[in-house]
Amino acid sequence: MNNFSYVRAADVEAALRLAAVPGAAFIAGGTNLVDLIKGGVTQPRVLVDITQITALAQIQESAQGGVRIGALAPNSDLAAHPLIAARYPLLSQALLSGASAQLRNMATVGGNLLQRTRCYYFYDTGFERCNKRRPGSGCGAREGYNRMHAILGGSEQCIAVNPSDMCVALAALDAVVEVRSLRGTHRIPMTDFHRLPGTTPQRDTNLGSGELITAVELPPSRYAQHSNYLKLRDRASYAFALVSVAAGLDFDGERIAAAGVALGGVAPKPWRLVAFEAALRGRRLAELDLAELAAAATADAETLPYNSFKTELVRRAIVRAVRVAAGLEDA
Amino acid sequence: MHPDERNPNNPALSRRLFLQAAAGAAAGAAAGAAPGASAGAAGSPASPGALQGEAPSAVATSDAPSVSLTLEVNGSRHDLRIEPRVTLLDALREQLQLTGTKKGCDRGQCGACTVLVNGRRINSCLSLAIMHQSDHITTVEGLAQPDGSLHPLQQAFLEQDAFQCGYCTPGQLCSAVGMLDEHRRRGVAAAALTDAEIRESMSGNLCRCGAYPQLLAAIRQAAEAQTGAAGNGARTGSCMQGSGMRTA
Repeated sequence: MNNFSYVRAADVEAALRLAAVPGAAFIAGGTNLVDLIKGGVTQPRVLVDITQITALAQIQESAQGGVRIGALAPNSDLAAHPLIAARYPLLSQALLSGASAQLRNMATVGGNLLQRTRCYYFYDTGFERCNKRRPGSGCGAREGYNRMHAILGGSEQCIAVNPSDMCVALAALDAVVEVRSLRGTHRIPMTDFHRLPGTTPQRDTNLGSGELITAVELPPSRYAQHSNYLKLRDRASYAFALVSVAAGLDFDGERIAAAGVALGGVAPKPWRLVAFEAALRGRRLAELDLAELAAAATADAETLPYNSFKTELVRRAIVRAVRVAAGLEDA
Repeated sequence: MHPDERNPNNPALSRRLFLQAAAGAAAGAAAGAAPGASAGAAGSPASPGALQGEAPSAVATSDAPSVSLTLEVNGSRHDLRIEPRVTLLDALREQLQLTGTKKGCDRGQCGACTVLVNGRRINSCLSLAIMHQSDHITTVEGLAQPDGSLHPLQQAFLEQDAFQCGYCTPGQLCSAVGMLDEHRRRGVAAAALTDAEIRESMSGNLCRCGAYPQLLAAIRQAAEAQTGAAGNGARTGSCMQGSGMRTA
């Protein structure tokens, strides 16, 4: 592991100033960053420890009737928080499906948002080609072992998937990310926070240089009664998703008043199914052909030799997640 | 980390560093890194919080200075001088000779390094020692009473034969202590946990010997003792294979 210097920030303003040097990176839980430093994938020269900024760890009801989650809230505390468990069970379920209890005790909300892909060609510096790690070097996955890779939203340059479960739920829940910089505060809708790779796969997010995530805001809950996070993976726990679906439904009588549905494990960012949601609105589930709608929602899927199974898997997962959310099937 | 990386004379190291240097700025965005103007940090409000030996405004070099650190482990305070990159796991093992905590994968994938920080279980391999200046750390060496009487989980592990080679055991013990405490804090009776819930909650600790059925039995025994519930051997009868905890 390369060496670096370390400073501890007392407040957000201090953190922003301390990070305004070349090669600086914020550190909180460290579960991804320390791992990346060990592997030589990332080489920060200065780590700015923000864990002492206790104001950033709060979870509280917002003035708008939603919940404001401080960026330093540990994943475990967030999942267990009464406001989240009662009003946003989709988020609790997604959080608890990720990593292990130890890692969830360490990992923060802000760090989870910035979690980098688990593509082996990105993670292992022994591979020469990775456009995300070394822009212009090529993509090892396209012609390599691409079983875990994207079927939606990828580019010629990169087909790495975003590994987060939390982010999939946040996308379905219309979360907004609050960002601070020395210039001020601004908000980024969750669905705009992560980027598609295009020709710049080295940039995972639209977080600007020197900016710090300070909070995630959830709008008032609509899906507390009808939601489901379905995660499919190679083993029953402590594994990244091959495919996941976050589904929230709000009913007006028998008709669906609103739906939030997003996919994980299949794209470089949480993949929100806007057209699929629109097709559900105002309809009764009994009159919908969910399988047909799921197929239409993923009609753009482009597969490679090892990940072609994902198309059918994610379509079936969408149907099942929606039916479980509606109470038509047991989880 | 490859063991050879510690050796500055290892030719593989310089090659690796060269390749990493060639990777350039690609990785800078990992955690909100801030490549930008270098001015502005000197005299910042955070300077008083910086640790001794640090120059907050300075750009680090490859030989960043060691820093002073006090760690409280198992109730004892230890003064150390370490490089900022030293993990809690390495500080415990290499500096404090507390070798009960084990290095398995060293990448947060096996749980052998699990310790308790302020009562919460974490992977010490992915945590920098320098970030634990004011924390209370408990390792497997700190579970038993000073008079040598075992922690109820240690006793249960012995009685249920919850290990074979023993390498994962310190991590399993600390993780199980943390798990039962999580439930106590949340007001959930640990004895009411289903086998599936215990398996899921312990999935961050791998056991290559496959002692999972005995681990489950031991944790259930301790959980039932903790909540004062009557033991129910029948609940341990289900096999762990196929769900929750599993062989890796």
